[in-house]
Parts: sequence; structure tokens; C-alpha cells
Amino acid sequence: MRVHLRPQHRTVEMRGPRRVGALLTDLGILPGTAMVIRGDLLLTDADVVEEGDEVEIRAVISGGAA
Amino acid sequence: MKCKRCGERAEVQLRAHNTAFCRTCYLFYFRRQVERAIAAQHMLVLGERILVAVSGGKDSLALWDVLVDLGYDTTGLYLGLGIGQYSDASQEKVERFAAGRALPLRVVKLEAEGPGLGVPAVAAASRRAPCAACGTMKRHYFDAAAFTGGFDVLATGHNLDDEAARLLGNVLRWQKDHLARQRPVLPPTHPKFVRKVKPLYLTSEYETAVYAFMRGIDYIVDECPNAAGATQLLYKAALDRLEVESPGTKLAFVKEFLRTAQPAFAAVEQREPQECAGCGMPAYGALCSFCSLVREVETRRARTASPLPA
Repeated sequence: MRVHLRPQHRTVEMRGPRRVGALLTDLGILPGTAMVIRGDLLLTDADVVEEGDEVEIRAVISGGAA
Repeated sequence: MKCKRCGERAEVQLRAHNTAFCRTCYLFYFRRQVERAIAAQHMLVLGERILVAVSGGKDSLALWDVLVDLGYDTTGLYLGLGIGQYSDASQEKVERFAAGRALPLRVVKLEAEGPGLGVPAVAAASRRAPCAACGTMKRHYFDAAAFTGGFDVLATGHNLDDEAARLLGNVLRWQKDHLARQRPVLPPTHPKFVRKVKPLYLTSEYETAVYAFMRGIDYIVDECPNAAGATQLLYKAALDRLEVESPGTKLAFVKEFLRTAQPAFAAVEQREPQECAGCGMPAYGALCSFCSLVREVETRRARTASPLPA
């Protein structure tokens, strides 16, 4: 599977199938800090990403403001 | 995973609330959460003129979208901070959002205002962290735009994560004056201030991002280049770790502070602002924070420009 990481502008190849929760753990991303997007749908931790899938993991953290 | 409301396939799981929703039910839930926060804190009244501070990010655009949806009279305010391509891209997102919905938008470019200073110039010339300088400048221009534009309220997109991180920072340093003013509604303390409200203060960053995504809002995903290493991001990361181990921690932290501790800080920290000798806006000293910052920058610039004594 191909995983696009935003805003890092980085793409990684990973083996599938695997659950979204496991995918995030393997990438060191905490649950609730990123959306996992396949096409125009959001995936939950229990969803499975297949070998040939392409997903975007989009961080939701923003800030720096005083 | 199934939607807890209708049983359809869930698209979003909210651990802090121990629930999950499909798209239709999530949009209903999010709007209702914001509506409840507004009502519970008496933030807004239909018919008031609301200035919504929009940055091009998910939170402020989601807020503007919800407020319009709830029938409020809104005008967007975009501040051009002068942060190169990042500011250009942010402005484009805001302008597209406003144009697509035929919403009124005001654009203020900092480099074209008053002292002619954008955020990078101030951050480079002052001793303050870029985000601290930026925050001071934004608050000044927000206040000035709300006052001169004759608005009743200024609404910002601060979310639960922002508020929890700010609270953690204030508590770690016991900044009593900041704790006294940290609340979702700030009534005006001077005729040149308007009411300030944060309708998203109980919705997490994840929730606003999901709302923006589901609504097809094209927001800026990239981080501000000046935010790298910001203390607030460190606090957010620490809170995220706590939240994973104990979902609902951020919500309880902010809600319980507001319920139990904030009134005590507010009771002993009552200062009446005067008018700034520099710009005439409200100030807690001879100069407001913005004019103090500008003076600091001008002094340091003059010092570096003048020749060394023989």
C-alpha cells in the first residue's frame, strides 16, 4: 500500500492488509492526531487497508500561536 | 465500526466521547456541539455583527462555516502576516472560501498597516519567540479591526487542544493574569474592545479537521514555517500522550478549570485598561503590548544601524 503523509509531503510503501490502528502505530502516529483518508472517505482504527490501497494520513495538529 | 446514532458504517471515532458516527450524523453532532457551547456560554445573539478571524486553517474556516450555517451575520477577517508563500497560500484559501459562499471578507496586510511590520521582521528584530510576537500582533489587529468596523463580537477558531495547551502552559508557570483571562467568552473591559468568543473551545482539533474534511473545506494543511519548535506544540504533544492513555483528559482539564478554578483567578485579577499612548487602543500600561513590541523592534533596529562608539 502507498501511504501519503501530510503535511510532511512524504510517501511510504507498506505491506498490507493491515488495520488502520496498526498502521498508525507502525508509523509512530498517536490515534486522534491524524485523519486517515482513502478516496473521499475517512477510515476508523478498525478499518482495513488492503495491499493495493492508497491512503493519506493527514495530521490535525496545528499551532504555535501564543 | 458502526455509527452510534443510526447504525450505518462509522467514518469517525471519538474516544473522548466513547462514540462513533457516520458522515451525516457527525455533521449533525458537530453543529449541535458548537450550538450548545454558544448557548451555554451566551456567546452570540442572532443579528449581532460578528467578525470571524480566519487564517486559512481548518479551525477558523470550520468555525465560519458553522456560524453561517447557524444563521449568524458574519464577516471574515484575514490578517496577511507577511510569512512568504505560506501567507500567500493561506490568503488564497480564505478568499476562495469566502468567494464560493458569497461571504464578506476583510483582508488586512500587516506590512501595509501602521509601522509597516510583518511577523518575520518583528520576530527577527525582537527577543521574543516568533509565535509570541505573532500573537501580540494578531490580537492588536483583531481588536482594532473589530472596533473600527463597528462589530459586536470577535470570534476565533481556538479549539479544545489550543485551550488545553494554553492552560497547561499557564499552569506550569502559574501565570495568574493569563489564567484570569482564559475563558471562552471575554466581555469587553473598555469601550474600544468588543466581546471575544471561542465557540470551538470544547471541540478537539481532530473534530474540527474531520468537520472541515467532510464539508469539503479546502484549508491549508501545511504548518506555519515559524511554528517549528513552538512551546505550544510541545504542550500539545504531551497532552496527546495523556489523551491516548486516558481519553477525555483534555476535555476534563479545560472544563474543570473553567468550572472550579478560573473564577477564583478572575476574582483577584481585575485590572481596568487605560488607553495606549501610542495607538489609542486599550492598554494595561502606558503602551499596549503591540506598541511595546514595535518600540522594542525600532530600538533594536536603530541600535544595530548606528555605528559603534570609538
